[in-house]
Amino acid sequence: MSLKRKDLTGIASLSPDEIMLILETADSFKEVTGREIKKVPALRGKTVVNFFFEPSTRTRTSFELAAKRLSADVINFSPSSSSVVKGETLLDTARNIEAMQADIIVLRHPAAGAAETLARGVKSSVINAGDGWHEHPTQALLDLYTLREKGLAFKGLRVAIVGDIAHSRVARSNIFALTKLGAEIRAVGPPTMIPACLDKLGVRVYHRMDEALRGVDVIMMLRLQLERQGRALFPTIREYARLYGLTAERLKLAEPGALVMHPGPINRGVEIAPEVADSFSSVILDQVTNGVAVRMGVLYLLSGAN
Amino acid sequence: MIAREEHANRKHEKPIMDAHEVARALTRIAHEILERNKGIRGTALVGIRTGGVHLAHRLAKRIQEIEQGSVPIGELDITLYRDDLALRKDQPVLRKTSVPFDITDLKIVLVDDVLFTGRTIRAAMDGLIDLGRPAEIQLAVLVDRGHRQLPIKATYIGKNIPTSQDENIHVFLEEEGEEDRVVIINGGAP
Repeated sequence: MSLKRKDLTGIASLSPDEIMLILETADSFKEVTGREIKKVPALRGKTVVNFFFEPSTRTRTSFELAAKRLSADVINFSPSSSSVVKGETLLDTARNIEAMQADIIVLRHPAAGAAETLARGVKSSVINAGDGWHEHPTQALLDLYTLREKGLAFKGLRVAIVGDIAHSRVARSNIFALTKLGAEIRAVGPPTMIPACLDKLGVRVYHRMDEALRGVDVIMMLRLQLERQGRALFPTIREYARLYGLTAERLKLAEPGALVMHPGPINRGVEIAPEVADSFSSVILDQVTNGVAVRMGVLYLLSGAN
Repeated sequence: MIAREEHANRKHEKPIMDAHEVARALTRIAHEILERNKGIRGTALVGIRTGGVHLAHRLAKRIQEIEQGSVPIGELDITLYRDDLALRKDQPVLRKTSVPFDITDLKIVLVDDVLFTGRTIRAAMDGLIDLGRPAEIQLAVLVDRGHRQLPIKATYIGKNIPTSQDENIHVFLEEEGEEDRVVIINGGAP
C-alpha cells in the first residue's frame, strides 16, 4: 500500500491503515537516524520549503533535519524576512515559492485551515505543521510512534490528555488519531479549557485530575500557554499547577509503568513537576528523537512524482 | 484476484530449477564462499530484501554446518537508494534495514535471488557503504539472467539462465509458503 494523497493537512481525513503505514515507514527512518551516516539519497533533487508564520524552534528544526537527512534541499521562510509584511497574501507568496520548483511546503500558520487552503491552491505537496487551534498531524503521529515503540497496543489503550484542550491543536490531532485506532481517551482540565461537545469525538471529560488518572496507561500533558493568562481561563498559575500539575504523587494513580508525554516546551513546576519530567516514566525526549524519523516518513511518502 | 492471476501465470511457467537443484546450488555457493574467503573469519552475509534475506539465512546455515562457528547476517532494504524513486508516483513500501554489526573491514557477501539489470546491486552497494567501509563486497545470486545495464558481475552464481527481455524469472521459496523452485514466465510483466 502507498499513501495516495498529495498533502497531509490533518489526521481527521486519514484512515487507520494510512496512519499505520506512516508509522511503519517511520520505522525504517528510525534505523537510518541511528546510523553513523544519518543520510539517505531518497529525496535527492527535491526542494522542501519550511514556511513558518509562528515562532517554532522544535518543529521547524525537526522538519529541517528530516528533509536534510533525506538529501532534500531546504529553505526556511518566515514572515519577518519575507514579503508577507508587505501585504502579499498567503497563497500569492506560496505560488511564488512554488514557481521556484518547491516540491513540498511545510506550513505553520496561526489560522485554522491555512494548510488546507494552501493545499488546494498549489501543486506542491503541503504538510501542516500546525494551523491555529485546528491540527498538528505530525505531532500526533510522533506521539503514536513513541507509544508503539514502547510496546503499547492502541486498541483499548487508556490515555489521559491534561490541560488546555480547547486551544490545543496537538490534543485535537491526538484525539482524532487515537480514537481512530481504538484507544479510550479522557480529557482533563478546567471547564474553561474543555471545548463544548468534546464527547461527540468519543472522549470522556473530567475536571478532577485524580479521578481521570486512575488506571490510565498514558498521560499526555499539554503545555500551559502562559501567554493566554490574560484571558481569564484560570485565576493563577499557582492554582493551575496545584489542580492540574502532574506530580510524582499523582503519577502513582495511573497504571504501574504508565508513560508520561509532553509536546514541549515544558513549564517545569507548572503542568509537570521536574521529578516527573526527568523520571523513567517520561518519554518526552524520545518524542523529540522520533519526531525526526516520523517527519522523514511523511516527507518520503508525499514525495512521489506529480 | 491475486490467486487467480497466479493461477493464470502458472500455465506459462517453464521450470528451470526444482527444490533439489536450488538446495544443491546453495550448498555449492556456501562451499565457494568458504573457499574464496579461506573460512568464515571476517566474513558476513547481507541479504537484499526479500528473497535475498531468505537465501542469506540458508547459506549461513550451510556454512555453519560445514565450518563450526556462526556467520553474522544482515538484512538490507534498498528502496531509499533506488535510481527510479524520483520518477514514481507512489512511493514503494519501505522495509527495515537491519545490519546489527559494524561492517567496516569485513568481507561482505551480498545475497540476492535474481541478478538482472544490476540496478538493485548498485543501490545495495550504495546502501551498504553508508553503513561503513567493508574490506570487500562480493555478490552471491541464485540466478543470473543476463541483460545487465550496469557493469556489475556476480562472484557466486547458482545458475546462469539465458532469457529474453520480455520473460520474467520467478524464484519461489519455502519461507514465503511456496515449494522451492525457479521458473520462467513468458511475457508476464511484473
